[in-house]
Amino acid sequence: MNDASQSLTTRVESLKADAHVILAGFLNDEPLLALADGRIVLGSDTLTPHDENAILVAACDSTRLITGGDDGKVILLTGKDSIAEMGNEKGRWIDALALGPSQSVAWSTGKKVVARDGKGLTKEWTAPSTAQGLAFAPKGYRLGVAHYNGASFWFPNTEGKPEFREWKGSHLDITFSLDGRFVVTSMQENTLHGWRLADGKDMRMSGYPSKTRSLSWSHDGHWLATSGADAAVIWPFKDKDGPMGKAPRECGVRHAKVSSVAFHPRALVVAIGYEDGCILLCRLTDAAELLVRAAHKDDGKITSMAWDKTGARMIFGTENGSAGILTLP
Amino acid sequence: MSEKIPVTVLTGYLGAGKTTLLNRILTEPHGKKFAVIVNEFGEIGIDNDLVVGADEEVFEMNNGCICCTVRGDLIRIIEGLMKRKGKFDAIIVETTGLADPAPVAQTFFVDDDVSSKARLDAVVTVVDARWLKEQLHDAPEAKNQIAFADVIILNKTDLVTPEDLAEVERQVRGINAYATIHKTTKSAVPLDAVLGKNAFDLDRILDIAPEFLEDVHVHHDTNIKSIAINIPGDIDPDKFMPWISEFTQKEGPNILRCKGILSFKNEPKRFVFQGVHMILDGDLQREWKADEVRQSKMVFIGHRLDRAYIEKAVEACRA
Repeated sequence: MNDASQSLTTRVESLKADAHVILAGFLNDEPLLALADGRIVLGSDTLTPHDENAILVAACDSTRLITGGDDGKVILLTGKDSIAEMGNEKGRWIDALALGPSQSVAWSTGKKVVARDGKGLTKEWTAPSTAQGLAFAPKGYRLGVAHYNGASFWFPNTEGKPEFREWKGSHLDITFSLDGRFVVTSMQENTLHGWRLADGKDMRMSGYPSKTRSLSWSHDGHWLATSGADAAVIWPFKDKDGPMGKAPRECGVRHAKVSSVAFHPRALVVAIGYEDGCILLCRLTDAAELLVRAAHKDDGKITSMAWDKTGARMIFGTENGSAGILTLP
Repeated sequence: MSEKIPVTVLTGYLGAGKTTLLNRILTEPHGKKFAVIVNEFGEIGIDNDLVVGADEEVFEMNNGCICCTVRGDLIRIIEGLMKRKGKFDAIIVETTGLADPAPVAQTFFVDDDVSSKARLDAVVTVVDARWLKEQLHDAPEAKNQIAFADVIILNKTDLVTPEDLAEVERQVRGINAYATIHKTTKSAVPLDAVLGKNAFDLDRILDIAPEFLEDVHVHHDTNIKSIAINIPGDIDPDKFMPWISEFTQKEGPNILRCKGILSFKNEPKRFVFQGVHMILDGDLQREWKADEVRQSKMVFIGHRLDRAYIEKAVEACRA
């Protein structure tokens, strides 16, 4: 499919993970892996704030990592010597996490949703059913919660009832568009659902053969890349109607399902990770493809990918404990 | 691709002895590590390292199939457990006494992430020999749990007379003709009677005694019944597959479970299927042995099933 001249495979350096990679990212420009066996590998350091317990969920921006474990702990890490316990839901699993503006964070276990602002003040809300996905709106202190039969939008600092948007079925992950005009959820029924927040108009984005569990916005906010099909399915969000009535782009069509997507932070290039361990880079403008990593039979799917701030390096990890860093020429 | 993790589902009406059975499984010296998913978390001590509390959240799948429900919490928990390979060899799911087993079973067919990593080994139902009669009268859940079972633990047999026990067994057989029944006190049953059953290995349906089936037919103290069909010789898949698909679509809400081993014409392998309501799953498994009689057997368990119609329809699928 790709000849050697189109390959970046020699520019990939392997990292040792040895456990299911929950999250791959960069923290203060250092490579970071959060692993299911509880370890956090940051540069050359290994940290174990969850002790021997599992990390189930994690989220990262360039300066903060938040992890949630089956020990009920929510840990915020901003450096190897800077580890803080944000919450402890004893005896429960942490189901979802989110990082928000002004140092805020949120997590959920079952129906219980907790938001903690930058000053450490926590607020609680009970969702109508298990909160499966959390995301902060890009502006203001407002949390989107995906749950059964819809999504709710909660202002933790106001007393009012969260705004509820109904759509039948079980909603899993949730993401806001960068301009805050749209919100998109992935669903148990192998489809995406979207709402235009101004008027609540529904958007159905369907046709996936499996669940979408990875969503990534382009740097300009005009495109949303999604996993779950035999190609990265990329929806247009530039116009006022978003993807309504428009067909998505498909990039990197292969005979394997896409398991992870990550848009480059400065260019319309998307990294596409597949269930067979293969990774491609695809340029949206002309659909040109570059091979980053060939399929590896024993690695399982690519579970997480992330670019550094400038887009010079990309880190990835797999289900069976392989990981690596691509450095662009 | 690594082996799929076997999952045993433990059901049973309130007080039948589920937790006793669970603790028995966990404490026997078998060298196996279990992940246990329980409800009513914390009420009774479970002697195991890896115990997860579940909420029994039943979700309707928004896919146009009215009886298609899954356990959302189970999908999430199994996904979480699978991230820690090597920590356990098998999963046991204990449901609440009032739970309908269908969403649990359907989760293993409907969700691709779950079915790619885990397989339903067996539904084990613990039945209280002393109170079954009353429970069948009062609670549809008790009937459903028996109807769904691959293995039935008829427990507390020391609390009833031999005559009453025989009557209870007849009632259980009336609902479910093919499950293996073990009579116990204090849920004492050998582990291999409940674990590693591989529900897809349906050979025992081939062994259902015909007199049981006759008994089922006349025994009407419940509206759930088993209908077993036996067709000697081959079946034409081009006739059978469209029929079973249409039948389960139409009668899905009434069919609790169906299972079968089929002999397809010119096919050296046995076709094995099983279903829950409208959901069907089947594939070609091992080859027919030289000394085996090629025949097709299937069982349908459900409400208001029309035996005459099913018999006629399957008969019409003969090769």
